[in-house]
Amino acid sequence: MACFKCFILAIADKYDTLYLNLIKLMYHIIVIIDCGQEKIMSAKAEQVSVTAIKTGITHQMTGNEAMARGAWEAGIKVASAYPGTPSTEIMENMSHYPAGDIKAQWATNEKVGLDVAIGGSFAGVRSLTMMKHVGLNVASDALMSQSYIGAHGGLVLIVCDDPGIHSSQNEQDSRIFGQFAQIPVLEPCDAQEALDFTKIAFDISERFDTPVMVRSTTRICHTRSPVLVSPRVVPKDLGFKSDVVKNVMVPGHARARHPFVIARLARLAEELETSDLNRIEMGPSDVGIITASMSYVYVKENLPDTSVLKLGLSFPLPKKLIEDFCAKHDRIIVVEELEPVIENQLKAWGLKVEGKEYFPRLGEFSPELVRASFEQAGLLETEENTVIPAFEPLIRPPVLCAGCPHAMSYTAIRSLDVWVAGDIGCYTLAVGDPLTAIDTTVAMGSSIGNAVGMYLAGLSDKPIVATLGDSTFLHSGIPPLIDAVYNDANITVILLDNHITAMTGGQENPSTGKTLRGDQTHKLDFEEMIRACGVEWIERVDSYDAGSMMQTMREAIAYRGVSVLIADRPCVLDPVKIKGPTMTVDSKDCNACQGCMNLGCPALIWSDEWYEGRHIVKIDPAACIGCSMCAQFCPTGAIQPTVNSKGEKITPCGGA
Amino acid sequence: MAKAKKNKSTRKADIANRMPLKLNPKRLDPETSDEAINVLIVGVGGQGVIMVSKVLAQICQNLGLQVKQSEVHGMAKRGGVVFSHVRFGKTVWSPTIPKGKADVLVALEWAEGLRWMDYLRPDTGIFITDTKRIVPPFACRSRILGADIGYLKDTPDDIIGKVAETFAIDATDMAAKEGNELAANTLLLGALSTTLTFSNEVWREVITQMVPPKTIDVNLSVFDKGQKWIEGSRKGEPVEGSAFIPLVQPEDHPVRTTLSIIEEWCKGCDICVKMCPERCLTLNKDQVVELADPEECTGCHICEWLCPDFAISLNPALNPPPNPIVQEAVA
Repeated sequence: MACFKCFILAIADKYDTLYLNLIKLMYHIIVIIDCGQEKIMSAKAEQVSVTAIKTGITHQMTGNEAMARGAWEAGIKVASAYPGTPSTEIMENMSHYPAGDIKAQWATNEKVGLDVAIGGSFAGVRSLTMMKHVGLNVASDALMSQSYIGAHGGLVLIVCDDPGIHSSQNEQDSRIFGQFAQIPVLEPCDAQEALDFTKIAFDISERFDTPVMVRSTTRICHTRSPVLVSPRVVPKDLGFKSDVVKNVMVPGHARARHPFVIARLARLAEELETSDLNRIEMGPSDVGIITASMSYVYVKENLPDTSVLKLGLSFPLPKKLIEDFCAKHDRIIVVEELEPVIENQLKAWGLKVEGKEYFPRLGEFSPELVRASFEQAGLLETEENTVIPAFEPLIRPPVLCAGCPHAMSYTAIRSLDVWVAGDIGCYTLAVGDPLTAIDTTVAMGSSIGNAVGMYLAGLSDKPIVATLGDSTFLHSGIPPLIDAVYNDANITVILLDNHITAMTGGQENPSTGKTLRGDQTHKLDFEEMIRACGVEWIERVDSYDAGSMMQTMREAIAYRGVSVLIADRPCVLDPVKIKGPTMTVDSKDCNACQGCMNLGCPALIWSDEWYEGRHIVKIDPAACIGCSMCAQFCPTGAIQPTVNSKGEKITPCGGA
Repeated sequence: MAKAKKNKSTRKADIANRMPLKLNPKRLDPETSDEAINVLIVGVGGQGVIMVSKVLAQICQNLGLQVKQSEVHGMAKRGGVVFSHVRFGKTVWSPTIPKGKADVLVALEWAEGLRWMDYLRPDTGIFITDTKRIVPPFACRSRILGADIGYLKDTPDDIIGKVAETFAIDATDMAAKEGNELAANTLLLGALSTTLTFSNEVWREVITQMVPPKTIDVNLSVFDKGQKWIEGSRKGEPVEGSAFIPLVQPEDHPVRTTLSIIEEWCKGCDICVKMCPERCLTLNKDQVVELADPEECTGCHICEWLCPDFAISLNPALNPPPNPIVQEAVA
């Protein structure tokens, strides 16, 4: 195919315009067909590689890969989720399994994801949704009612917490949500358990007529360890079972279902008394540890011979089993990351246990942290702290990529002197030096509502701007935009449209025109939709164009009412990694004014040369993608396209 | 620049030669060791930290060892710190390595190696590092005159004596000479292989599986180079790729740029105030521009060039602007 393309291009050079256009058209068609085929082929190759995994032997898998595998083995047919670190790869892995096995798709937000899974469960097939901890907040509305309804086909939510806040806005403990919704919470400790527990969760869900939560953490999601895999077993389709008293939550029905929920948990707790989901490893009777999840491996790392009760579920708990375990030991210590969820349940039963007096409620556990806590509890001798004295660490915060269109958007916003309500996405990085252009960031889609509130409060010293990305806007930015128009707020919304869900690693969304599996679908038109919300002032500007960006932003702010500016440029990493001819700094022209450095571009660094006491700037050709944003800010014109050996400037169009 | 070159030539002497190296060190053997063997691999997003740790974990898996490999990504793609813990042996509990317990620290970037130094075993830890520097934009933020790059000033000399064994290899440069600087991580794998008991065949087989097919030859060749580097430096032979070029120190800089404003000519049009990239100009109560924040001024000349009334000038006698083409920049 490639040769044919060259051939057409070669003749295209030789013929006149009429033929040329025809040939160009043909060329485009071929490219489209060609891409399509490659896509199909690669998808097929992936599918074969995943399902052809040899069963009965171990494979290195991350927790996320293992949970996807577990769901596939459990015979699920419906999966729907919104991406969110650290849960994203579960769904991405799901798409590697045959489309005939699992209908897997990206949802517009976590609540939609859960609702779709609930629908699958209503229709009698095993269904799954997954989300990060804060995603559960969004989905919780449906979860609270679904707990009463239960599950017809198995219904499982995988919720991935982020202790230590590696890539989130808080470190809430989702296990509390399990208690709140009165649903069982399974807690795996490694990839093997992640797979096994996901399968067991479907079994519990169906037998006890309940949604089930599998709670993972960043560390489990992103740790590779050996996993034994089995073949897929698909349970019989149960079909839709009409039962309005169970499935329609009106007050009368809900009142009738509530006692069932309480009884269901009691039945499950009863069964857990003898379940092998909980494991007792007996040791000396002086001290017993009760733990679950990742904390278990840190306990074993430090105290391999101590008595341990490893719980498979942190809710509900097997009361008799725990009381027996406590009775056999002089002292009981509960080890759990984040909130004292297990500890509080035991204390409520009147058991004398210790825990959070030694173990922090903040941050992620590590073997050395758990060791220090055991030392504090008097279980271990204080180890002499012989580590190599640390060097002063280099400050290396995450930054927007070289050529990131958000850099220009926020440089323009910064020049406006406005209040900026930010949102969740890569662009939250614009809060840091040098862009420093965000004043608030709360949660997904909060920016517009926050801006409306600021306007209502009479904040009038500076104009009010809300900034959010394309995927965040579709996730939960539309209702607040309608609200802003409805209530006649005077705000400007800057929609940072980079044509992908970038922060989580480049997932498709309704505005990309592609599905999880890469199939073509309807492409949402932002302008049409925003106009339908009642916004009258809408402009679309190329993010790379400094002049237009700054001018249009000024016009947007000057408009009285809701104005929406769409800053339009694809992400430089996804779906295609963009790398054009690079730019260079002519050091004899650079006056070291540092104007370009205000973009915070990682390709711009200082050279060894100086001008008037400041470093002359240079461009790292490996990092530069040739976006030209820095050149637009250079007052001396020192930043120019790289010159080739013939002395011609290398530009994306070819010649000079 | 001259300074840098001079330093390079005087420091060409092999750093490894001045370290207390063992000629035939005992290699780490997961079969005989009771505790898990801990290898920490660190670097910056995009360098291939995960690839290195996957190769190591795959080898352990092939040999039937217990192995856990833990990484945190998410923000890593965005130029942040990347690290991957690999633990293997008969029993492995925690997926992360406790501080002070890493047997080998492999760093794909100089400052990242130093960041994780406290994870190394103080008595026996082996530090294998690329001397490549990836300067973050944050290190180039100071606007103070004569400000230096905010990057670590430590050199391999500062580490000797603190760590049992240090190997500072100019791996990126060596890999670039072989044709692909991205293969630097495989070169460090070669260096790492000399500390473990796994056979060369196993290493080469897994590397062949894991790297893109087009780069198999270059990867295997730099793998050998990495092994030879360590073996050579243990024997005390001068080895290629061990020069460490220190950062250039700031020169004495000429007088500070000063902004002079002819107040009588200023009509308070506000153009310079709005366009100043450092926002160091304001209009005073008489609607005349003044330099409110002299420390912030970088002397970019934008205000001077934009002023319609020629009211602003920057040290005209001392520092004429180098190339005053203004129109393009503001258009």
